[in-house]
Amino acid sequence: MKRAFPILGVLTAILLSYALYEALVGAPTEQTMGDVQRIFYYHVPSAWTAFILFFVNFGASVVYLIRRKPAADIVALVSAEVGVVFCTVVLITGPIWARPVWGIWWTWDMRLTSTLVLWLIYVSYLFLRRFSSGGQTPTLAAALAVLGALCVPFVYFSIWFFRTQHPQPVMGGGGSIDPRMMHVLLINWLAFSCFALLVCWSRYRLEKLRRDVDEAHAMESLLEPHERVR
Amino acid sequence: MSGNPYLFAAYAVTWIIHIAYLGTIVSRYSRLQKEIEALKESGGRS
Repeated sequence: MKRAFPILGVLTAILLSYALYEALVGAPTEQTMGDVQRIFYYHVPSAWTAFILFFVNFGASVVYLIRRKPAADIVALVSAEVGVVFCTVVLITGPIWARPVWGIWWTWDMRLTSTLVLWLIYVSYLFLRRFSSGGQTPTLAAALAVLGALCVPFVYFSIWFFRTQHPQPVMGGGGSIDPRMMHVLLINWLAFSCFALLVCWSRYRLEKLRRDVDEAHAMESLLEPHERVR
Repeated sequence: MSGNPYLFAAYAVTWIIHIAYLGTIVSRYSRLQKEIEALKESGGRS
């Protein structure tokens, strides 16, 4: 297990470099948008990765609510935190693409607004975990996560249910894509998924260590009066 | 591929966000290491 982390790290670095090369050089240039369309190779995989992480958060929260396992609580926290990072990338790269293509940075259309609401829900989740104290915090956070996860399918399917300015989905929707572009998109998704896994793994180890240290502090404060008596 | 400023900005911002987040993990880890050393020292004294 100790060896797996550096191996995954090296593999992820190679994959990310290859994915970047394919996104900038390998993929064909889109006819109407030109090179600005290449933002899609970072924007879409980041969105898919964020959605997967929010589902992991949902699953871990349900497990925590049923079994009260601390490991599930750590997985929920970590996946929400890394998911928010990826969702932030989506919310910033989207407007950077929209400005030259639509002529505006932002519009209050259903896909964009629901993505912003999703981001706000998970930021609230992280604030709750950061600033609330007491034994009930993981339970309250898990309940919020279960409700927050309901927003994920709504965001994904919003472009089917509502008339929006956002392009149609490239998988399972009305949109179509050149096979070479799809290949580059999937390579980038794989690379970002491996990167997310690596970051989650590091963050999980950090959180586990944090809780061990907190426990040691608690034990020390319990022992101190006894030491003073002696 | 030509040097499109929007494309460059999007890719740069993506990596700035990821690197900044990794930076917070590293700083939290080093703070925790200091706490562990302090705990070891106080454990050694008692």
